[in-house]
Amino acid sequence: MNSFEYANPTTVQEATALLSAKAGDADILAGGTDLISCMKDHLHTPKRVVNIKGIKELEGISKSDAGLRIGALVTMDELAKNADVQSIAKALSDAASGIPSPQIRHMGTVGGDLCQRPRCWYYRQGFGLFGMKDGKSLVTMGENQYHSIFGEGPAHFVSASSLGSALVALGAKIKLVSAKGPREVAASAFFVVPSSDSQREIALRPDEILTEITIPDGAVKSATYEVRQKEALDWPLASASVVLHMKGAAVASAKVVLGHVAPKPWDSADAAKALAGKSISADNAEAAGKAAVANAQPLSMNAYKVTLARVAVKRALLDAAKQKA
Amino acid sequence: METRKQIGKSPRRLDGPLKSAGKAKYSSDLNMKGMLYGVYLSSPHAHARVTSIDTSAAEKTTGVKAVHVIAPEGTEVYWQYKEIAAVAATSEEIARDAVRKIKVQYEQMPHLVKDADLNKAASRGKAAGEFVVGDIDKALQEAEVTVEGTYGIPMADHVCLEPHGCIVQWQGDTINAWPSTQFVSGWAGQLAPNLKVPAANIKVKMDFIGGGFGSKFAPGPWAEAAANLSKKADGAPVKLYLDRAMEMAVAGHRPSGYAKIKVGGKKDGTITAWQSDSWGSGGMNGGPQPPLPYVYGNNVPNQRRSHMGISTNMAGSQAWRAPNNQQAAYLTCSAFEDFAAKAGCDPMTVYQVNAGLGPRPELYRYQLEKAAELSEWKKLWKPRGQQTGNMRRGLGMGFNIWQGGGHNCTARLTIHPDGSVVLEMGTQDLGTGTRTIMTQVAAETLGLQMNQVKLVIGDNALPPGGASGGSTTVGGVSSATRKAAVNSLMKLFEAAAPALGAQPEELEAVDAHIRVKGNPNKSITWAAACKKIPPGDGKISETGANDQRNPMGLNSAGAAGIQVADVSVDMETGIVKMNRFVAVQDCGLIINPRLAESQVYGAIIMGISTALFEERIFDDETGRMLNADMEFYKLAGIRDIGDIVVHMDIRPENDKRGVIGLGEPPAVAICAAVGNAVANATGVRVPTMPMTAMNVLNALEGRKA
Repeated sequence: MNSFEYANPTTVQEATALLSAKAGDADILAGGTDLISCMKDHLHTPKRVVNIKGIKELEGISKSDAGLRIGALVTMDELAKNADVQSIAKALSDAASGIPSPQIRHMGTVGGDLCQRPRCWYYRQGFGLFGMKDGKSLVTMGENQYHSIFGEGPAHFVSASSLGSALVALGAKIKLVSAKGPREVAASAFFVVPSSDSQREIALRPDEILTEITIPDGAVKSATYEVRQKEALDWPLASASVVLHMKGAAVASAKVVLGHVAPKPWDSADAAKALAGKSISADNAEAAGKAAVANAQPLSMNAYKVTLARVAVKRALLDAAKQKA
Repeated sequence: METRKQIGKSPRRLDGPLKSAGKAKYSSDLNMKGMLYGVYLSSPHAHARVTSIDTSAAEKTTGVKAVHVIAPEGTEVYWQYKEIAAVAATSEEIARDAVRKIKVQYEQMPHLVKDADLNKAASRGKAAGEFVVGDIDKALQEAEVTVEGTYGIPMADHVCLEPHGCIVQWQGDTINAWPSTQFVSGWAGQLAPNLKVPAANIKVKMDFIGGGFGSKFAPGPWAEAAANLSKKADGAPVKLYLDRAMEMAVAGHRPSGYAKIKVGGKKDGTITAWQSDSWGSGGMNGGPQPPLPYVYGNNVPNQRRSHMGISTNMAGSQAWRAPNNQQAAYLTCSAFEDFAAKAGCDPMTVYQVNAGLGPRPELYRYQLEKAAELSEWKKLWKPRGQQTGNMRRGLGMGFNIWQGGGHNCTARLTIHPDGSVVLEMGTQDLGTGTRTIMTQVAAETLGLQMNQVKLVIGDNALPPGGASGGSTTVGGVSSATRKAAVNSLMKLFEAAAPALGAQPEELEAVDAHIRVKGNPNKSITWAAACKKIPPGDGKISETGANDQRNPMGLNSAGAAGIQVADVSVDMETGIVKMNRFVAVQDCGLIINPRLAESQVYGAIIMGISTALFEERIFDDETGRMLNADMEFYKLAGIRDIGDIVVHMDIRPENDKRGVIGLGEPPAVAICAAVGNAVANATGVRVPTMPMTAMNVLNALEGRKA
């Protein structure tokens, strides 16, 4: 880890000023569960680290007629245990409670989850975001069991965010603030698939700070299902977040978003279409799962993830259907 | 058995409170005045030649006190993370910054890091020759049932929580060292020739070790590097421990084992033919040959076996809790289970029918019955393919065999005139309970309570302890302790006999008294007896040694066990969950049943982790280890383990054999049992460990791994 300057702002205004003065050379520290390892591995070499944990306005979860407002510093543990989140956005509390270590749930923040870097082992070993060597993709040639099954490349990493799929499915909005002022982006637009490895996999600009998330209260049924190898301290192999707008027993409209299978949360319009007007039966859930992976393009070692994604969609749908809207 | 007062009881570990309170100081916890922090620079390439190395910038860095080049220009390095240079500085941060300033240029060379596919790996193979018994071709032709399969168990790491390393201080012609080692008494002798310092001048101390599992017998290159750094830094102590990545990559691992196997036999389960072509790699040093077929060895009447050791570009393997045996058990028991399924037999029957092919068949038959009972085998086991639904339960089994025995070692027991007692040996407690059982044996022999015996270990100035490996420690240290205590007690009897008006050989030590045998009224207290030690003698101090060649009935060798895994497989996801794991194990006379069971629990937890999750993953193109961490080198957590049922087979016929080591045998057959349970549940053989969603789904969906 290189030496760095450490700043402790107490307001968003101070924080954005500290960032814009060193844009591109500053990193934001919240829980630190990812940033510290990135710095130790010299993947991030910030000259300035801006600790935002002292900024009170980034804390807390509140409910209004418009829906839920979730501060960037809310921990995974707070999110998982919050009753409003459980009733309005079960898919999100499922995702938070699925993070399988009490330590990370207590330290890790909502903002940090969305901004963390991919876990791709080629990236982490210094071969760049796309895992390239001499113009060739180490990922497609090599050990890609945990990599993407969707997308054309050259990005084959999977988004590490545990909450991203649920937020996209729920139609969440993400507030980003710089010294020039705030802007709001849809969660679906926050995650991007970079086409060059100098780009980020999120829309956050170097001078911006993610301050809060809003989730509309749309009286929906929702759930997230994760397939994880181990019970503790492990990343999902595949996940699915589903949101159902019901009309009686039938689905009026649906959102099906897959996680850990693509460089961003993978919104499956085909699965949503397969559900429209249908009830959530085992057969219909199965059919939606199949539709969700119909266009999957697995790499040499990860065809099994196609199965897992399909099953995750089915199980998330059957789980969501049990929720009282 | 019934007259024992300490042996056979289950006091808790003497070091338990210290460890659970964080007060036990492992060598890597120690900090001493003026200590420097050592950090390695290691090779990023799996095979390369160092064409230039420039350490000048590192040397000029403020706080850097020594730079030691290990691989000078021209050195060929054969694996990633191979040590290139080391730096000692006043803080770890400075040392880490400094190693990044060392400029090294490499000429890259071809490498091989994949060993599962023999077609690709054979060019780096060394054939171990063919072994033949009987007429294998005829036997396979005449067999009522034959089955053929390819099975594999990949390399696995030890994952010691305390990494390999040491603190070394080299001043003049004297070295003080605080290593993390499984062999305190032998450490100096191994290191001395490399440093050209007399072993007599190397003082070694270690109170606690954070895991070894067979990987910490030798001082390793880190001791040499730390010593050189210390010397260059004018004798300051240097702490050099591997970081997690180097620990995972170069500190040792279990070799892989793969085999194409054909088994033939009768419909009643009798095995008549075994053919295996095995291969595996432990690293650059090739791959050892697992003893196939396991337990039955050359007694299967018709056999043909061949083996090829593959040299791969990675650091050498180290003994991993029963070396070669897990591979042998996995390969053998997988093939036997497939044979049983094809023959339409219950695998329990196959092991019953063939027990005569191995040693001590009656013991195994008894243990098979016991394991069947504890696992509810008759109720829960169904033939392959008869399970239905998405969650399918399966049972599978494996067996183990191990020698154990007691290593050579010497204990010294001292009785002071005030009645206090010290027991000493230059051994080490790996966390297995060595401290506790040594104290139990001394207290038993002297007729005292455990808290009346002070124990000192972990110092090479003490009488020699053996290397803690091969499950030989408990047999060695308990026998040596017993002898030292008996020898000291005889001296005390001599001193006390006149006061009791008896001959020394008529005395016994019971309940803190020295008394005439069979006459409790003729008795004096332990304290009174010790006061009789002649003032001119000062104290009584006698040694006792265990001699492997003549254990005098105190210890012996040869342990056996049967294990059953009970799993549920999610057929849609391929996720395997442990329901229960049953272990029936004998290990002779048991000094402390709690600690013995704890050894079995530990072995099972470690084994389940390897069976479900663990493998070293290397990249073909770059030759790098991709999961040299504890994130993608996946380890089981407590919720992954399921219930563990341990039955120690302590029948009198086992007890009378004396003490037998237990560290390794219960770790042998876990992959075998889990793999067989998955095959039983799913109806499909998942050929290669670990039982991950990927491997299970590839098998269920008919993909080649």
